[in-house]
Amino acid sequence: MSKKKENNIGLVETHYFNFSEPSNEFILESGVKLDPATIAYETYGKLNSKKTNAILIAHAFSGDAHAAGYHKGEKKPGWWDNMIGPGKAFDTEKYFIICSNVLGGCKGSSGPATINPKTKKAYGVDFPFVTIADMVNAQKLLIDHLGIKKLLSIAGGSMGGMQALQWMVSYPEAIRSAIPIATTAKHSPMQIAFNEVGRQAIMADPHWKEGNYYDDKRPLKGLSVARMVGHITYMSENSMDNKFGRKLKSNRGIEKFTADFEVEGYLQYRGDSFTRRFDPNSYLYITKAMDLFDAGQGKSLHESLKELKANVLVLAFKSDWLYPTAQSKEIVKACKMAGVNATFCEIDSNYGHDAFLLEIEKEAHLIKHFLQKILNEID
Amino acid sequence: MSQNVISLDYKIIVKIISENSNILDLGCGSGELLKLLIQEKKVKAQGVEIDENAIYQCVEKGLSVFLGDIDSGLEDYADKSFDYVILNQALQQVRKPDTVLTDSLRVGKKVIVGIPNFAHYKIRFQLFFRGKKPITEWLPYEWFETPNLHYLSVFDFFDYCKKRNIKIENSYYMNAKKQISFMPNFFAQNAIFLISKD
Repeated sequence: MSKKKENNIGLVETHYFNFSEPSNEFILESGVKLDPATIAYETYGKLNSKKTNAILIAHAFSGDAHAAGYHKGEKKPGWWDNMIGPGKAFDTEKYFIICSNVLGGCKGSSGPATINPKTKKAYGVDFPFVTIADMVNAQKLLIDHLGIKKLLSIAGGSMGGMQALQWMVSYPEAIRSAIPIATTAKHSPMQIAFNEVGRQAIMADPHWKEGNYYDDKRPLKGLSVARMVGHITYMSENSMDNKFGRKLKSNRGIEKFTADFEVEGYLQYRGDSFTRRFDPNSYLYITKAMDLFDAGQGKSLHESLKELKANVLVLAFKSDWLYPTAQSKEIVKACKMAGVNATFCEIDSNYGHDAFLLEIEKEAHLIKHFLQKILNEID
Repeated sequence: MSQNVISLDYKIIVKIISENSNILDLGCGSGELLKLLIQEKKVKAQGVEIDENAIYQCVEKGLSVFLGDIDSGLEDYADKSFDYVILNQALQQVRKPDTVLTDSLRVGKKVIVGIPNFAHYKIRFQLFFRGKKPITEWLPYEWFETPNLHYLSVFDFFDYCKKRNIKIENSYYMNAKKQISFMPNFFAQNAIFLISKD
């Protein structure tokens, strides 16, 4: 509470939207009905009277609805706090910002850790399969519920960018612009491979027990290893070299198979802290949804973008080898072919895939001016 | 932007382009020309620029722009996607000008090409009397730092268009201060051509 900066939105809280009712059933792409269904979300800033200033922020794989500001009693702000707030890229003085936890997640939205009303126990792997399109369909219901007909923008990095692309394809008439960042229209074999290593690590943990671990010890070691692999892919060779080099953790000399190097200690720490905030089954569901995502739905992406009148800002980062620039250029190519009004920039950065969370100054500059143009066009 | 700081080539290009047309500016720099075209002719504009910092300035101006090189970015567009493709002071810097011009004429109904004339008399005299790479106000670079990969004259461009069956619909020549028409291959510093191909 003490160090609250002036450009921070301050205290925020998470809201919950329940939307699958007998009168309004929520059917997943798989055909399965999700009942009940809940979405956790937060909002920042004020919705104007015409409801034209709303921006949906879609979070990445391990993110949540808490994108900015502080929860009561917590020292750490939301995951994109450096981008969302008064005077920031997503300026809460101008825009009404919404961020929701994805379906299948574990931060308040329906997911495998939710209680199944039929068994009164956590779903586990009985939770129905969810896709990126399901996540977006749920977001659309949330937007409808808030009375918003057309979003000023949908923005997100990594898996958040996939959701932005899905909005462009599923609800082209409901968005004025989209900002897919460090993302892809579909995963490459390499991206699927890294996700599969993570899933196998979780499922190989004896505590996983086919996903029925909620009353017992959880497969935390597996989840931790999965996260360690993830963190390697989020950095770049350069950023790892800068951050750790070959530095040793202590000067007591080398012990047998402990974390001798700084980089080992870092990965173990990140893996370990992840287990305190993430559900292993959610890891399986969400990574699978990413792997199966194909914005073009089997066709060429530009075919799917033909209806799109929105402006698109595609951003990539130079050292991102997990979601390389070439994948963003594929999105740009589809925009060109479909006649979509688009802007593309590859931002120079050493941070690797993490750059969308860290290379703030340049990213904010582009987004701020891009959004201003969209806002100007409304009036 | 006040009227008197607009450079002569921009004025000519603005005059050529008709209202509400669809423009692709290859090598758009920081987007001054596109901004002017949007203000004056209400065009729908798209830029391509290789310099990352110039992209930030373009986005500040509210322009749609792609970071990328001109040599590889045209193949994605369908035939005649644009009313005009602009290559102002860019053609001499691309790696494959023949390919870029051919592609530009495919994706644009008309192409506007602006080139520095390498047969201007000052350049001829410098080369003749000094025997060194000419350096002028409009081509100010030393040989080791110039972005220009190709040097051509007004006559070279005529020859090229003839060879490729390209129609020169209009040509504009200028020195530092004004438009000229007398012996352009000798007196023009810059030339702008409006070209098309059936």
